[in-house]
Amino acid sequence: MSRIQSVFSALRANNKKALIPYITAGDPHPKHTVSLLHALVKNGADMIELGVPFSDPMADGPVIQRASERALLHKVGLRKVLELVKEFRANDTKTPIILMGYANPIEAMGAGVFAAAAKDAGVDGVLTVDYPPEECKEFNVALQANGVDSIFLLSPTTEPARIDLIVNQATGFLYYVSLKGVTGAGNLDIEEVKAKVKSIRQKTNLPIGVGFGVKDSATAKLVAEFADGIVVGSRMVQTIEQSSEETLIENVGKLMQELRTAID
Amino acid sequence: MYEKYRHDPEFLAEYAYDLKHFVGRPSPIYHAKRWSDRVGGAQIYLKREDLNHTGAHKVNNTIGQALLAKRMGKPRVIAETGAGQHGVATATIAARLGLECVVYMGSEDVKRQAPNVFRMKLLGATVVPVESGSKTLKDALNEAMRDWVTNISSTFYIIGTVAGPHPYPMMVRDFQAIIGIESKQQMMEMVGRQPDAIVACVGGGSNAMGIFYPYIDVPNVRLIGVEAAGHGLATGMHAAPLTANSPIGVLHGNRTYLMQDSDGNIIETHSISAGLDYPGVGPEHAWLKDIKRAEYVAITDDEALAAFHSLCRTEGIIPALESSHALAHAEKMAKTMRKDEIILVNLSGRGDKDINTVAKLSNITL
Repeated sequence: MSRIQSVFSALRANNKKALIPYITAGDPHPKHTVSLLHALVKNGADMIELGVPFSDPMADGPVIQRASERALLHKVGLRKVLELVKEFRANDTKTPIILMGYANPIEAMGAGVFAAAAKDAGVDGVLTVDYPPEECKEFNVALQANGVDSIFLLSPTTEPARIDLIVNQATGFLYYVSLKGVTGAGNLDIEEVKAKVKSIRQKTNLPIGVGFGVKDSATAKLVAEFADGIVVGSRMVQTIEQSSEETLIENVGKLMQELRTAID
Repeated sequence: MYEKYRHDPEFLAEYAYDLKHFVGRPSPIYHAKRWSDRVGGAQIYLKREDLNHTGAHKVNNTIGQALLAKRMGKPRVIAETGAGQHGVATATIAARLGLECVVYMGSEDVKRQAPNVFRMKLLGATVVPVESGSKTLKDALNEAMRDWVTNISSTFYIIGTVAGPHPYPMMVRDFQAIIGIESKQQMMEMVGRQPDAIVACVGGGSNAMGIFYPYIDVPNVRLIGVEAAGHGLATGMHAAPLTANSPIGVLHGNRTYLMQDSDGNIIETHSISAGLDYPGVGPEHAWLKDIKRAEYVAITDDEALAAFHSLCRTEGIIPALESSHALAHAEKMAKTMRKDEIILVNLSGRGDKDINTVAKLSNITL
């Protein structure tokens, strides 16, 4: 059983939901990333989505886009991100790390090389925004050969046939994009999200995480009633953006505690 | 949806009607005799896409896509634009069909293509300057994609080049293929044979693909795509992924030659012409390069500018800076060819939009 699966089953046994914060690696500076990861865990993260900075983050809203730009100023690329995960793993062997990013950095490294390096660094899952399920069979085989889960996005416009195609390739959990739009956009229609998650459940036993529009504790609480995990990204990154180097860890910790309380 | 309409007689008839009566097709082919004599060598013919309504080849495609949008019941269209020609062509057809139109344009390009920004506004479009990344064409594309995923139910995204996710490369190629289809017939009428070489500029590659495509299986016609060498390939400040043999990568939903660093991040491009300032290239061009059916070369800013002036003075035609890259390469080639050989250049757009840029670069006070 993968680290991601065991976390979900343990939570399920306790009737709890996974809290999955997102931060961009190297934001605001690579020297903070590992301590931020530990702070997230300390304050209630069950697993962490770690963004790989990319020059052209098409699926991200302005908040996460700026985080990418800040990280790239310090030359934080995929190799550096893997180093940071390895450093985190030295003191935490339990919390799953999911890399979230775009195809081209992986293409540049080579799918096979990347999958092996990800395993070696202690990465548990990879979510690649712009790999459509029709085009990434080879990549998935490479990930699975290294015991790394392939996390896929499902959106409000994903049609039933495509949901089938995706659930057949996905491992670890499914990530449901709760709104039509980019990260950090708009407000959720909770009933609509709930209905869609329910319909996806008829096709798979994989846990379902929900993200893209979860911007506060109140929304997190509502989503936690029917999802297995809640991803909070833009709000987390915004807190980082608005903090000084001194208050960074404290502010992120506070936000995490708020969210934890809300969903438990 | 495109699959349903691409062979639909009614759709094709409406498209053909608009090309004839709204755009003014067929665009003529013109023998640039004085310029050919001055260059000394092969005869240079120009496919006059600059004479289309809105001043460039872009409108061939925006009409096709807007007619699709109408059939899909989408009240709103969006577009990205570099030089502004695609934005103007989109705003034009949107005005005519009564569609809401939003155009994303890098803030850098908004500055250097001011006349086109004003044209779009006159046509009722909203122009959104994009401040992220390099503030040029690729960033406009990113922003348009973000808009599209947010407003997917109401909005049709009219992509201007032969790139992007499937079916765009194919669809844009099909709508632009009219350029090559007409050329084949017109060359027969004018000189009784096909040209020895066809030269077209390549940014994303839509005008080149449009004229190349009907010629792919015509033997003995060389197809030459001209990329922007900017300050020179050796300086790294260019927009020539094919000529520079950039690594293969994935961006905007297609796999192609892509200018990137060792981490796979896209690097900033440079070209005097906003329309060629793109780090990738349509995937079908990558394929034509790989199978060696087309050749790709690059022309610097200075060479393009010289050809620009040369055509203005010798033929009374002000070419777009994008098309001037093709002209500059045709000039180089012609010199090495016999007088009875023929080069057909796709003069993809007119240069009115570039007058401010050229004035500044050539130290001319307006």
